[in-house]
Formats: sequence, structure tokens, C-alpha cells
Amino acid sequence: MLPADFADLEPFAATWCLATEPERWARRLATTMKEMQAFYDACFPRAEDAIRYCDQFGLDDMPEDAVRLLQLLHSLALASYAIEVWQQPLPVDTGSARIDRIREPSP
Amino acid sequence: MSSFPRPPEGTWTQHYPELGTAPVSFEDSVSPQFYELERDAIFRRAWLNVGRVDDLARKGSWFTKDLAAAGTSILVVRGMDDEIRAFHNVCRHRGNRLVWTDTPAQESCGVSRQFACKYHGWRYGLDGGCVYVHQENEFFGIDKDELGLASVHCEVWAGFIFVNVAEAPRETLREYLGPMVSALEDYPFGLMTERYSFRAENASNWKVFIDAFQEYYHVPPLHTEQLGPVHRNPEAVFEGAHYQLDGPHRVVSTSGAEKHRFPPEYLYPSEVLLRSGNMGPWDAPPIDGELAGTNPGGVKRWGIDNFQIFPNLEILIYERNWYLSYRFWPTSHNTHVFEADLWFVPAKTARERLAREYAAVTVKEYALQDVGTLDGTQLGLESRAFASHPLNDQEILVRHFHKTVADWVEEHHAAR
Repeated sequence: MLPADFADLEPFAATWCLATEPERWARRLATTMKEMQAFYDACFPRAEDAIRYCDQFGLDDMPEDAVRLLQLLHSLALASYAIEVWQQPLPVDTGSARIDRIREPSP
Repeated sequence: MSSFPRPPEGTWTQHYPELGTAPVSFEDSVSPQFYELERDAIFRRAWLNVGRVDDLARKGSWFTKDLAAAGTSILVVRGMDDEIRAFHNVCRHRGNRLVWTDTPAQESCGVSRQFACKYHGWRYGLDGGCVYVHQENEFFGIDKDELGLASVHCEVWAGFIFVNVAEAPRETLREYLGPMVSALEDYPFGLMTERYSFRAENASNWKVFIDAFQEYYHVPPLHTEQLGPVHRNPEAVFEGAHYQLDGPHRVVSTSGAEKHRFPPEYLYPSEVLLRSGNMGPWDAPPIDGELAGTNPGGVKRWGIDNFQIFPNLEILIYERNWYLSYRFWPTSHNTHVFEADLWFVPAKTARERLAREYAAVTVKEYALQDVGTLDGTQLGLESRAFASHPLNDQEILVRHFHKTVADWVEEHHAAR
């Protein structure tokens, strides 16, 4: 699913290459911290290379595998809060709050 | 000791003596009766921001907006003449809600040449005029020219579309906005068209929620995590750099070190990686010329302007050349719909897109804390354990907001 240079991230592609924030948010809430940590630990050190790879292309004419790589980076940005900040999938003191993202650019 | 110049009175609150310094009652946020007064006095009389010109990109673009507090849904349309008009979203014939997609109660948008009523097929042009009456000859002395949609006053300022459902608004939109807000007219909002939008249905009074977004006193205790773990301090001191009131509107400006100048140990790894965070993307897009209307207090190392435009629009302008808009739509005395939009100069690269994405992620993370907490504030206030509550100088905008609401309600109902 991903560019060949990023074959090491392939095990996470099926789970985390998600096109929209609502899908990524649902995934974050459905993921154990152990799984999320494994994704973060694998992806974070590769992120700078992945950004450089995506930046070879214009945002509007990225090949599909590069789009999926960018989606994976979007998931990393979202998962990073659970790992770096909250140490749990939801922000602390959130109660029953819910905020839906209803519009965003793509990819 | 104050880090920023203060007005000669020594405090911002005392600079505006009409505010007083007494504890403030929040009965206005828990009383169903008061909400009914607000609906008439405020939401049926004030200019309300319902969208931006970006929402109506083409001739024939339209959206509907539910104004529950004003008791109506409106239809906002860009005509073939490029004029933006607003109408009550109601068919002239039998009063059916005219335009809807999924359910009549849900907002919708689209592009059309005409609007057809689902009930009996009457049709209206983009200018609201009636263009077709099914079996017109069965009616009694009707004239299509007099059967158009009911207009709602609609004006556009700096690309923001406002409506006013009053029969005759007391002021034009520009008069209403006043000099402090109007000064933003030439701010480059039009360059910032890349948008991330959020919506939430919150279990608190609309003012209780706005109150959290017009002071920074709560930030160190509630959003302690905005600084990396090493330097987290819930007792950190915050000080607003400048507060200003203009009629019903308010602003607070902040000042301080930009996030992109922080040493890395104050930051999260992803902030450093993505060069973004709670102050937005660190690498500001270049914009030529002055940022009109920003930093009205001329504070040094300006960070954010937080404009509170009465009654329910907030525009947060960041030093890194992007902005946030919040709108708060009451649906009952203790519920409201919260809309948040982040607006950026469009990303040209994946790196820029990711920086914007991370800023949008960050806004939601901390807003969830606000929503969760303010549901609790509503529950607390509804116990009516205290008749009034002390407010400090940093909470001057909260004090001014509740006074403005009270003044509008009192003035309107005294006049009737």
C-alpha cells in the first residue's frame, strides 16, 4: 500500500491509512495504548523521511501510495496526543464531550 | 507586578467604571425564562454571522442555517447577479420548510438555479421571487409577483455573511460592528480559504461556553498539558496584554514568546517534528503589508487577538497568519451548538498540510477539555448554590458580556 521505501511501515497501513479525521479519531478510540505505542514507535522516527518523500509531489497530483503515506502521517499526528500528552486515548477531563470534524482539505 | 502597561486606573475593569467590580450573577445562564427574553431581545434583533462568502463560492450556491434562538431557519443564496441574499426557509404557500436534504431539521447546502417546495411543487428563483405555482388557475386572485419568499436582512462584511431577522434593524451591519471590529475589514481573511470545521452539541448555556473562550485565566489549570511534561505548571501565571471594549464587542490580546522560539524541552516531540501546535503552524505564510485592525493595543510581541463580536461570534487572529472563528448557537437555556473553523492560507506541500492538520488536531484536543468542563459548570450553576460569583480583572470580558446581555434584554423589554 505504501511506497517501497516505507515497507517497514506496511504492517500499520491497513489500520492507519485513513482518509478522514472522523475515521482516524474512531480508530484512536478503538485502539489500545499498547497498539498505539507500537504504531507511534515505528512511525515517528520515519516521519521526517516520509514528509520529504511526499513533498516530491504536488498536493493535488500525489500518487496513491504517497497519499496513503500522508494519511499515515495524519494518523501519527492524531495518535501522538494519546502517546505524548494524555497517556490515554481521550484527552483528560473530557467527560462525555464530543466534537465532530465536519470539513477538511484532502489529502 | 504587571508585565504589560495598564490603564491609569490600575486595572482594566476599573478603566471601564460602568462594569463595577461586584460579584456577578449567572442566573442568566440557568433560567429558561431568561433564555426566552434573550431570544427576543438579542437573537431576533442582533446581526448574526451565519457563514462566509467561501460558503457560497458560485452563482446559485446556497446553504441553510438553523437559528433556533430566533425561531427560524434561513436560506442564504448567491444570486446570478452575485448578490448574497437571505430568506426565511419557508414556502409561501402552506408554510412548509422549503429547502432541506436529509431531514427538515438538518442544515444543508448545494448549488441550484431554483428552489422547489417538496410539498406542492411551488418554485422560487435565487432572488426569492416565486416563478411557478402548480395549477395556478385553481387559486383565487393570486399574483405570483407578490408570493416571493420572506426576505431577511443580509449584509456582508470582510467576507463574513451576517443576517438580522428584525423587521427593521436599528443599525446597519457596519454601524453595529463599530470602529474596533470594523478596523479588521482589510485583514487578509480572503487569502485564508483552507478550512477545517468542527461542530459539537454541548450541554451548557451558550454564554457559559463563550465565557471560557474570553479569558485565559483557566488555561494553566485546565490546559496544563499545553506545555511539555517537564515544565507543566497548573499554577503558572497568565496575564492578558490588552483588553478593550467597544459597544457590545470586546477584545483581549495576548503577548509572549512564540511557540517556535521555545527550547525543545518545553515542547512535545510532535510539535518539533511538525512545527505546529496550539499557536498554529510555526512557519507563517508571508503576507504583504499591514495586518489591518490587529493588535489594537499595540502590545509588544503580539500573539493573538481574541475578538468577541456580540452576540455569538469569536474571531481569533494569530500572529502566525491564520485565524479561528467560533460561533455559539443556543438551542435551549442549557444547550447550544458550537461551530469552530480554522482558516489557513492553502497548503502547497505535504509538510504544510501536516502542520495545519496538527493545529486542527490540537484545537480539538483542548476544546474537548473545555466542553467536558463546561458541561460541569452548567450543572454547578443550576444548583444555584451561590447567588453571585467573584470575577477577577482577567475576566473583564466575561463581566462585560453578561452586562451587555442584561442591558439588551432590559432595554428591549422595557421598550415594549
